[in-house]
Amino acid sequence: MSYSDKVIDHYNNPRNVGSLDKASHDVGTGLVGAPECGDVMKLQIKVNRETSVIEDAKFKTFGCGSAIASSSLATEWVKGKTVDEALAIKNMDIVKELSLPPVKIHCSVLAEDAIRAAIGDWKKKQGSGKPVAVEAK
Amino acid sequence: MSTDVKVPQVAAQKHSSNHKGIKLPIYMDNHATTPMDPRVLEEMLPYFMEKFGNAASRNHSFGWVAEEGVETARERIAKLIGATTKEVIFTSGATESDNLAIKGVAEMYREKGNHIITAVTEHKAVLDTCKRLEKYGYRVTYLPVQKDGLVDLDDLKRAIDDKTILVTIMAANNEIGVLQPIAEIGKLCHERGVIFHTDATQAIGKIPLDVSKQNVDLASISAHKMYGPKGVGALYVRRKSPRVQISAIIDGGGHERGMRSGTLNVPSIVGLGKACAIAQEEMPQESCRLAGLRNRLRERITSRLDEVYLNGSMDHRLPGNLNISFAYVEGESLLMGINDIAVSSGSACTSATLEPSYVLKALGTGDDLAHSSIRFGIGRFNTEAEVDYVADRVVETVERLRELSPLYEMAKEGINLKDVKWAGE
Repeated sequence: MSYSDKVIDHYNNPRNVGSLDKASHDVGTGLVGAPECGDVMKLQIKVNRETSVIEDAKFKTFGCGSAIASSSLATEWVKGKTVDEALAIKNMDIVKELSLPPVKIHCSVLAEDAIRAAIGDWKKKQGSGKPVAVEAK
Repeated sequence: MSTDVKVPQVAAQKHSSNHKGIKLPIYMDNHATTPMDPRVLEEMLPYFMEKFGNAASRNHSFGWVAEEGVETARERIAKLIGATTKEVIFTSGATESDNLAIKGVAEMYREKGNHIITAVTEHKAVLDTCKRLEKYGYRVTYLPVQKDGLVDLDDLKRAIDDKTILVTIMAANNEIGVLQPIAEIGKLCHERGVIFHTDATQAIGKIPLDVSKQNVDLASISAHKMYGPKGVGALYVRRKSPRVQISAIIDGGGHERGMRSGTLNVPSIVGLGKACAIAQEEMPQESCRLAGLRNRLRERITSRLDEVYLNGSMDHRLPGNLNISFAYVEGESLLMGINDIAVSSGSACTSATLEPSYVLKALGTGDDLAHSSIRFGIGRFNTEAEVDYVADRVVETVERLRELSPLYEMAKEGINLKDVKWAGE
């Protein structure tokens, strides 16, 4: 299988690799996938409580090149967005940006799941699952 | 000879590198296929234009010359495996040989019984053939293998019943290189009056195989796994004690004593013969050299990386094979990182089915480690400098990917990954 240039670029130069303090009140952690399935993504966000803007994002991924690229891209995209804006990111946006072939679509789904899981974890920390700092729309 | 086609030196390389004088990319996937030995090509060339005759033409010298080439090849193959020339049937390759052996016996001995025994780690050419026969009313037993990849002879003993007509167990596995106890299996089969077929694709030319001493009745052979051309192979069919008969799959002009019709692929058959002759001549030194390189590769990887696991027996293994799993690193991403080296992975991501290697699963290797496996196939044209380069690249890439791996991080934090409740996908 050949990879798109963007996948190769993210694989060779992954953005935002690392970990944030998962115990911190401002940090949301999403851990999705399973080792048996060959894909595990950990995506973390640090959210500004006042503005609900994602100020930092980090990831670590066990998976194929497309999985690494999808999660790397996800961290790039969520940074600077509000939590609600980040929730609007769809897996097909990632598929399009990275030109993922059909067999790799599940990697993008996992990345979307990771964003949602991280935001869900952060919201939970803000109190009983209610989006405290998110403006009601 | 009057052809003036130039014989290339080993495989044509597109890229080049100045790294220790080695050429990139490095081919280390010799279980998938092997580059052709220049000596094989040289032997084949006259049979394309000058000696183009049909080996079945009995009335003129063109036919006789082609037939002579074919018969020399037959002798060389027979000599390599301890057979007689009349016991060698040419085919299009090992997949056809497996089909011919299994379906040929199934049809011929249908009145005697309908039971076939094989093993779960066989090549798909055997497994899928058996599966098809199940649709036609045959009963197939798929023997499990032990942790080291070997079939348990007691399991086999128990599986044979009075309806068993065929046992088909490979000589060497294509993924993990594990060697089955062919001689013992053959002896057991002969004691019970059961025909024994072995898919010897990966074994022939790499390790000594003697159909008489090892009680083999049918053996599948492929040329392109032993530095010969693609698209040609052979099937050994025993003629004496016991005489084995098979029904043909391909009917036609009655070539190959009715067992495989179709005009013989003379140049390729000549190539297969030459490949066998070279293998016979050089096997003692070559297997020793390859085992040395393989052990060097293993040593240079395992001495620098922790949590690297060998898949399959080390004692019963092809000399050029190394199959190892790098915990916490997914196989396809590892291949992507070492993209100047051609190897294979048992990862699901590298297969069309999205399932990790069924061979590794059969050993009891967890799916997680199956996803992390790499198969190195060291061959005739690999050098020590290449092995060292491959080891360096693998180590540096695994280290980089582990830094990227949440699993490695969790393991280092002391979390037992088996206890984690994964969300799944």
